[in-house]
Amino acid sequence: MNQILDKRELAPRIKEIVVYNPKIASKVKAGQFIVVRVCEEGERIPLTVADWDREKGTITIVFQEVGVSTYKLGKLEDGDVITDMVGPLGNPSEIGLFGTVVCVGGGVRIPAIYPITRELKKAGNKVISIIGARSKESLIYEEEMMKVSDELRITTDDGSKGRKGFVSDELRDLLQSGLKVDRVITVGPAIMMKVCAEITRPYNIKTIASLNPIMVCGMGMCGACRVEVAGKTRFVCFEGPEFDAHEVNFDVLLMRLNAYKAEEQVALKKFLEEGVRSHANQKES
Amino acid sequence: MPIKKRVEMRKLPVEERIKSFNEVVLGLTEEEAIEEAKRCLQCPNHPCIEGCPVGTNIPAFIKKIAERDFLSAYKIIKERNVIPAITGRVCPQEVRCEAKCTLQRVGEPIAIGALERFVGDWAIKEGVIKEEITKTPPNNIKVAVVGSGPSGIAVAADLAKLGYEVTLFEALHKPGGLLVYGIPEFKLPKRVVECEINYLKYLDVDIQTNVVIGRTYTIKELFQNGYRAVFLGTGVGVPLFLNIPGETLVNIYTANEFLMRTNLMKAYLFPKYDTPIKLGSKVAVIGGGNVAMDAARTALRLGAGEVYIVYRRSEEEMPAWKKELINAKEEGVKLQLLTQPIRFIGDKNKRVTGIECLKMQLGEPDASGRRRPIPIKDSEFIFEVDTVIIAIGYRPNPLITTTTPEIKVNEEGCIIVDKHCRTSMRGVYAGGDIILGEATVGEAIGTGKIASTTIHQDIREGKI
Repeated sequence: MNQILDKRELAPRIKEIVVYNPKIASKVKAGQFIVVRVCEEGERIPLTVADWDREKGTITIVFQEVGVSTYKLGKLEDGDVITDMVGPLGNPSEIGLFGTVVCVGGGVRIPAIYPITRELKKAGNKVISIIGARSKESLIYEEEMMKVSDELRITTDDGSKGRKGFVSDELRDLLQSGLKVDRVITVGPAIMMKVCAEITRPYNIKTIASLNPIMVCGMGMCGACRVEVAGKTRFVCFEGPEFDAHEVNFDVLLMRLNAYKAEEQVALKKFLEEGVRSHANQKES
Repeated sequence: MPIKKRVEMRKLPVEERIKSFNEVVLGLTEEEAIEEAKRCLQCPNHPCIEGCPVGTNIPAFIKKIAERDFLSAYKIIKERNVIPAITGRVCPQEVRCEAKCTLQRVGEPIAIGALERFVGDWAIKEGVIKEEITKTPPNNIKVAVVGSGPSGIAVAADLAKLGYEVTLFEALHKPGGLLVYGIPEFKLPKRVVECEINYLKYLDVDIQTNVVIGRTYTIKELFQNGYRAVFLGTGVGVPLFLNIPGETLVNIYTANEFLMRTNLMKAYLFPKYDTPIKLGSKVAVIGGGNVAMDAARTALRLGAGEVYIVYRRSEEEMPAWKKELINAKEEGVKLQLLTQPIRFIGDKNKRVTGIECLKMQLGEPDASGRRRPIPIKDSEFIFEVDTVIIAIGYRPNPLITTTTPEIKVNEEGCIIVDKHCRTSMRGVYAGGDIILGEATVGEAIGTGKIASTTIHQDIREGKI
């Protein structure tokens, strides 16, 4: 259980792993996430499931090495075992026939929007996807998104691929062109989802954001992930992770995401200085 | 004959306590335990047993301690209570068995909790837990126990001893429920919890962590997978909020998050452990119960300068147990009483900087029998703090009951059971906080015992 069967580096510091966990693989649906604890001393971190194979009992996870937990996860190789994985958590995405749907994915969270896009396409929607990254080198899941979209648009901050700019610029132009859009799904950094929500608001297009707050338990007990939605306190882990983007207070989410910046840097510095691979993961379980 | 003074457990000196997470209350030595046990009158009507939610034969085990026969004492306790080293620490004996003790009327009651803990610790130290297993042969009937807190532990142990094939599901990565994530190390060392849970492993209970019933498997799937009965001991895990503005500000924790980071994730050992915790110099813990005391004492140990309990009534009405409040005050926790928060105030970075509060006065008793707090007009004031911990109570997690509408719940979301702990769904039983609301470890074990008896009976009689 929890053994890594395959590992790929998709872009600098962005890795994809395929993990054996038939319990999660048999149940997971688009939009759900898992909570992972890499080793005995590890944090509990939420990661969205990018893909799964119910027959083989595997799930696919994509993550970027930004903090000590993701660095530790990135150190694990084929055959290594992740100490704890629990899920699937959160509510599955609402999949239905809406008409024309725009899926906006940003950076390392493009794999998180991939299964949602796939299911929306399967349900018969016309799917236009907009994905973006900092540069050509850091753009991931392009091929996958191409396969499940009727139309794929790409942006990069530096213009090294596709349009120079942000996914939100592309979304703005798309809506300005007069195309009738029935629903927008946005999965990316909080600031990106905030901007997308502001763009669609004047058009009154139902816009869904998959939120990515700090979590501890992931199952409704601790409230670390709480956000303000329509003026009410909501738990992302068990009432979300998807909410109406026009009702989300993204400023609160952004500030809460930064709550532990200083501590995260302390932990990462210590980890990088030690540079040791946790032996806890060498054993099978 | 004059009645001897009760032998009290020693405590760590305050200055040592607040610098570490070491256990505060030290157990009795063998000689102290025997001395205390000899005070027991062995009265024929044994009122203490009535006060025990699990019905432990208290005078019998105390007699064995007095005779220095600790193994027999252990066996007597274990007949009714699977986790004596835990209940000896966290049961409110002062209002239960000890309150009923005959000696109470003429002097100090027997220190039943301390003696129970002594026996539990002795068994761990001597390694007799494994040897003393008595089990009937396997009957190949599968039973699922959901939640590994006190009630789940009791049910799993009882049914495993009767020969059932028991699987214990826990959603978190460590078994023990609130014993592990909620109660602080300095009150209940996690090593003790681990030793007591090992007993289940010796009974061949299959403990599966990281399984969320309602998500990973539904109740119906458990039955499809061959389980004949399902026991739900999922507790009251969802924290309540005050529903006042500013609750999502940074540095406002629920007590669950604060304690989970510290206890379960060991944030007090950061950065050796990866999970951080952030504390300012002035901490307000809102609420007057045991969890508020746990959070306040934890905050002190994490290095907070000043820690205040903010409570809307007076000290007398506090739901916290007396011994908890005494410990907190000894360690330097301050009380900000008759104070009702009405709004959290934050800076431009959305970090909490203060609480707007109202001063209260006490009126006539309310339904709980405690005097009702009434706001004093125009008494608003700002209580400046940089960290807030909300500890005002819990409600049940609705995950299982919303995915299984056959299981009926009351207005508070607690599962409705008959007096034998049967729910409205055939083959499903429940116990502990999920049926009681916020109760004690002892009461949770008590309902677990009722449920395990019912499950065994219903299976034998072919009802399920």
